[in-house]
Parts: sequence; C-alpha cells; structure tokens
Amino acid sequence: MASMPIDPKVTATSLAGNPRRRRKEALIRAGLIAAAIVSLAVSLAIVLSLAGEALIFLSRVDPSTLWSGIWSPRRGDFGIPVLLAGTLWVAVIAMAIAGPLGLGAAMYLSEYASPRVRRRLKPIIETLASIPSVVLGYFALQVINPQIVQNLMGATNTFTIMAAGIGVGILTIPLVASVAEDAMHAVPDALREAAYGIGAKQRTVTIRVVFPAAISGVVAGLILGFSRAAGETMVVAIAAGATGQAPLRLNPMLPGQTMTGAISSLAIGSDSVKTTDVTAVNPFDALYFVGLLLFIITFSLNLVSERFVRRVRKNY
Amino acid sequence: MSTLGASTTTTRASVEAALSGRKRDIGGKVFSALMMSALLLSLFILLILLVSVLQEAWPVLSTRGMDFVTSNTSQIDSRAGVRQGLVGSLILIGFVAVFAIPLGVAAAVYLQEYARDSRLNRLFITNIRNLAGVPSVVYGILGLVVFVQALRSITGPDVYGRSYISGGLTLAVLVMPIVILITMEALRAVPVAIREAAYGVGATRWEVVRSHVLPYAAPGVFTGAILSLARAFGETAPLLLVGAVTGYLSSPSGRTPAEILQGQYTALPTQIYAWSKLPGPGWQENTAAAIVVLLVAILVVNTLAIILRNRYERKW
Repeated sequence: MASMPIDPKVTATSLAGNPRRRRKEALIRAGLIAAAIVSLAVSLAIVLSLAGEALIFLSRVDPSTLWSGIWSPRRGDFGIPVLLAGTLWVAVIAMAIAGPLGLGAAMYLSEYASPRVRRRLKPIIETLASIPSVVLGYFALQVINPQIVQNLMGATNTFTIMAAGIGVGILTIPLVASVAEDAMHAVPDALREAAYGIGAKQRTVTIRVVFPAAISGVVAGLILGFSRAAGETMVVAIAAGATGQAPLRLNPMLPGQTMTGAISSLAIGSDSVKTTDVTAVNPFDALYFVGLLLFIITFSLNLVSERFVRRVRKNY
Repeated sequence: MSTLGASTTTTRASVEAALSGRKRDIGGKVFSALMMSALLLSLFILLILLVSVLQEAWPVLSTRGMDFVTSNTSQIDSRAGVRQGLVGSLILIGFVAVFAIPLGVAAAVYLQEYARDSRLNRLFITNIRNLAGVPSVVYGILGLVVFVQALRSITGPDVYGRSYISGGLTLAVLVMPIVILITMEALRAVPVAIREAAYGVGATRWEVVRSHVLPYAAPGVFTGAILSLARAFGETAPLLLVGAVTGYLSSPSGRTPAEILQGQYTALPTQIYAWSKLPGPGWQENTAAAIVVLLVAILVVNTLAIILRNRYERKW
C-alpha cells in the first residue's frame, strides 16, 4: 500500500470544525442551561417567599399563641399543635388505606399477574391517579362520610377527619402502588429462580425473597405516600370541615383542621387585606408560616425516601 | 424483561407441578386472592365514585344538557353553568403548554444529554425530584407572593394581581418538575448506540439531540406533556391561593386578549369546590354535573395521550 501524502493544509485548527456550527452549539447549550437553572430558581423562590413572609409573621407574633390548643387566626390564636394533630391523623388514616391496598396491588401486579392481565389492570391504577383531588373531596363528603363513617363507624358529624383521611388514602393508593411495584419489578429474576430451585412456593418467594429484596423501595413508597397525604389540600378543605377556627381534638370522628386546610381557608377568607398598623400581627400571614412548616416536613420526608430509592438502585 | 418474566413463569409452573404433585397449595391461593382483591378493591372504589357522581349529576345533565356547559356562573342553581370555568381552565393550561413544557423539555435535555455526572448536577436532579413532591398548595403560596403580590403591575394591575397570568404561571411552575422528570426518563430510554452512530458521522451534540434522540424519545415526551396538562387541569388548591374567583364572575364582552388575561378568572375545579360548599340539593347536583364535565375533559386528554403514544411507538 502506497503511503498517503500528508496534505500540508490540514492543521489542528481545521479539525476543530466549522466556527459557525460551534457558535450555534454553544448558544444552544447556554439556552438549555438557562432552562435548567429556571428549575433551580423555582425552588429558591419557594424557600425565599415562604421564609421571608414567615419570619415577618414570627417576629410579630406572641410565641405563646403558637402553642395554644386553639387555631383561630382572627382572634390571634395560632395553635400549631391543632394543625399538626389534624395533619397527622389524616396522613395516618390515609396510609392505613393506601399502605395495604397499594402494596397488595403492587405485589399482585409484579409477582402474580400474567403480562396480559398486567397490561389490562395497570391502566385502572393510572386512571385512579388521574382523578383530581377536588373530585375525591366531593366523594368523601357525599359518599364516604354518610355511607361508611356515619353508618359503620357511628360518627354523627357531616364533616369528619376520618372521611377526609379515607378520601386522601384513595388518592394515595396509585402512588404507593407504582413506587412499590417498580421496586419489586427491579428485583432480579435470578433471586426468584434460586428460591424456586430449592423448592419454595410462590407465596414464600414473594414474602421472603422479593419483598425483603425490595424493602427499600417499598419503604420509599410508603414515605412518599405519607408526604403526599400530609400535603393533600382539597379533600381536607371539602370533607374535614376545615374552617377558620378549630380546637385541639384527638378524635378523628369529629371535624378538624390540618395545615393544608388552614392555608386554604386563610386564602379564601377575607383576612388578606393588610392592616395599616405595620407592627400588628396580620392573621393572613400565618398562612406563610404554616406553609413553611408544611414545606419543611414534606421536603424532609421526600429526601428520606429518595435515599431509600437510591439504596435499591445501588443493590441491583 | 418480558421474555425473562415469561421464562420464570414456565419454570415456576413446571417445577411447582413436579414438586407438589396433585396437592393444592391452599395458603398460596388465599394469599394470591388477597393480593388480587387489593387491586380489585381499588377498581371497585373507582367504579362507586363514577356511579355515584353520575347518579347525582343525571338530573342536571338530562334536563339541561348542553345548556349547563354553555351557561355562565349564576346565583341561581338552575341557571348556573360551567362555561367560564371550562374556558378558564383551557386558558390556564394554555400557559402550561406555552411555558412549562418547552422549558421543562429543554431542562431535561440539558440534564440528560449535556450535563456531566458531577456532584452539582446530581444535586440538581435531586432538587427537581423533590420539587415534584412539594404539595401543590405550597406552589400556591409561591404564586401568591411572586405573581400576585410582587409582579402585580404586570400580572393584573386592576384586579390585585389575581388574573389568568398569575394562575397560569403558578400552574406552569407547578408542573415543570413533572415535565422534566418524565422527559428525562424518555431520553434515558433511547439506546446509546443511536447517539454513537450520529457522533460517528460527525454530528455535533445538538445535532445528535435534535435529529436522533428527540425524535426517538418523542412518544415519551408527548405523553409526559399531555399528562402534565391533565394534571394542571385538575389542580385546585394553588388556584385558591392565587385568587381564582369562587363566586359569581362577570365576563364582559369586547375585551382585548391582554385585558382578558389580566382580568379576573375562574377554573372548572375551583367552581366545583365553591359549589360543593353551597347548601341545597340543586347545588349538589350542579357540583356532580361539573365533576362529570371535568372528568370527561381529563379522560379526553388522557386518551389523546395514549393514542399519540401508540401511534409514535409503531414507528420506532
């Protein structure tokens, strides 16, 4: 083979490519970075807008009113324990519904359903996920409360924390099911085959092999579900009797107030007019403080669940 | 995955048959039935929800029909309709389509195709994942502080900032993390070989993305975009904070588009919320009828997503 003569015109710079093409490339790259930065700006804006206004509220409010057993912003009672108790009840009731149902559905879809059945049944879960929360709120008030909470559990109120909790639970089923199913689906078949190879039944494989192997993802799904339930607003605003004021109650068969319910009732109330006295506590500003609290709680729960999810990925 | 799953199923069946002989595994059957009932119960709840809403809505829908869809808000239950809410919701998701989807897709392209796997970028992605889990009511507070209060002179000087612009931008900010995550997922699914082939013939990074990666990821991106529109369509809580009108709304004719966008607004889900709080059977029926309209709209959007996905998937 004859050696190729080296073209003296080819230098290192001519390999660098067309300068116009490179300029365009750099421009597009900058544009894409800018778009990504917008998302970061959003989270900064959330933190700043919550923290700024919440600090103004905190600097004016009498700290003792924050720990009272009454939530009544108009009268100057900002009993945070009332809201925490309500939120905790709703989230716990919701998880009592969504935990077993979501995990059961996930286990069935991942381990028992044939691919054909899976294809047919999965859209049901997805349809449930696309139902707006305001619809579930109506359902909780009109159907769950009279039919289940009043008839079967003996409550007498039109609005109950229980009905709201059940409604939020129904909303949370798809989230728990899909995160848990992803985790179980990711368990390698080799593990299942090894168990079958030594004579395990399908039930044993599901409970003692797949479930423990996917436990991080399952826990992540439950935590995410809890966080979602704590942040759910419309079901609570419609069905829990969330009004402008509420005492501290530990009975879920009575109406109650949650953090999200308090925010929405402050928002639609007429307290939004700023008072002229700049040093006075504006009841409306409690909204920012409660919002900040809710943000911190759900954000930390999400971070914890993210850590669990990452553990699944690391293993397989 | 599906071939692996099938082979496990056959392995399992044959091993099980050989080992257990004719003895039937009753415990296993019960367990499997229990898992399936979790799934079926979710289906059952969905069914009850739809049936009870339809039942309640039937009197209004059968006697008024399209009149209900084309009437404006009113103080009288037999004359109130959802036209303004429906139009309002469509305008609001227009904002989502114009702002959130292009920005979200661009950010996803950067994070998935351009960014290196550095600590900073991982933090970025974690941040977006967490943003997707922030309760929607917190986005409402963000919208209240930023769009309604700080940018009032732009978003709606005559209506205290409580305009379509504020509501639409708030929803756009709310769904952007979801768009980013779904788009990243779709981009990740495009085989590396396709990128390498394009680089091999001398394409720049943007050329690879534009003419190879994005077309192949299109079905996933489309589905994500449409599902996020459906999500925005049903959101209620943030709109309550950024001032969607929950009572009577007059919509004078003869306004310019800019005046309309800077004017007062309402949305279908906020109308449902407001009506669910009004006393009397007439309003309850109206609420149910409005829910039917909302669910039909969301169903149409979701079906569109599925059709688009299927059509594009066949090409690939």
